[in-house]
Amino acid sequence: MARKRKKRKVMPLNGAALADISFLFLIFFLLTATMDVDSGLPRQLPRPVQEDVSMEIERRNMFVVMVNRYDQIQVTNMHVGEIYENTDEIFGTSTKASLKDKVKEFVLNESNLGTLPALEEQDFGDPIGVQLTTGNTRVISLQNDATTSYRAYMVVQNELVRAFNELRQDASRRFFNTNYDELTTAQREQIDRFLPQRISEAEPRDFSGGR
Amino acid sequence: MPEMNTATLPDMVFAVLFFFMVTTTMRTETVMVRLNLPTASEVVKLERKSLITYINIGPPMDYRLGTGTQMQLNDRFADIADIQDYITQERASLSEADQPFMTVSIKADEETRMSYISDVKQALRQAYALRISYSARRSQ
Repeated sequence: MARKRKKRKVMPLNGAALADISFLFLIFFLLTATMDVDSGLPRQLPRPVQEDVSMEIERRNMFVVMVNRYDQIQVTNMHVGEIYENTDEIFGTSTKASLKDKVKEFVLNESNLGTLPALEEQDFGDPIGVQLTTGNTRVISLQNDATTSYRAYMVVQNELVRAFNELRQDASRRFFNTNYDELTTAQREQIDRFLPQRISEAEPRDFSGGR
Repeated sequence: MPEMNTATLPDMVFAVLFFFMVTTTMRTETVMVRLNLPTASEVVKLERKSLITYINIGPPMDYRLGTGTQMQLNDRFADIADIQDYITQERASLSEADQPFMTVSIKADEETRMSYISDVKQALRQAYALRISYSARRSQ
């Protein structure tokens, strides 16, 4: 190996493609990082109670939604009852009003009917002021059977939330002249206090023996 | 026109890349149950991933384990009775200031029977994990 090494100049590496490769990596990470965003319907569970506390609630203040093992939905309150044969019908059919509209009617009780929850005057601060509200009296109770499917339960749950979201949106338009999403936290709390989302998820009752 | 020197471009991109690599917390947990989440239109995004504890409920991926509903906590199948310990453990891993904001995301297959979900809910109540979220896909 006595060949004489000739001093050669090192060719400069072409780094133009390096940027492309790292961009590729970057895009890969960007995509994979945002893919796993979890979304859901938030709920607050009641505190555990030692013994059963039964509460006397007037019939007019109750709005009971029951989902049975065949995913049929029964709505009962003093004002109106309805049976939806499947989860598609709760969006309303030609003869049946949608569950959402029933909830809204129940929550607002605009014409002060004796069969809908009692109205009370309450001050919510500017600019909502003193308003008649059913907030402290009404209870929406969502009941299910042991063998009800989670899908049907979620559809109903979603419709209840949607009713409240639309009511809050309307209130926000009326009092603040903007969308609910664009309100400040304080304003949003005011609206939420005006239209509290009181949905009670009853302990399940086993009507069908769990079959 | 003289050519622009792009030699530092890869360095810059790498810097951004490293930033993303460090900040994204990749979940290493492999899901062992089949999750076909229900759809809902009113879902809200769950912020602050570090505060979220997951409970996966569904039929096992491995067909040899049958088609019955199973629950996965961390990387193993568990019973309803294990929830309390799991919640305590997860809560302890959070800083004290964050503990009240811990949220449990229930990821359940849409074919799950409600009796199972209710049992889970009761267990969560007993464990004082009262902020929950029913995980769902956004529809429409």
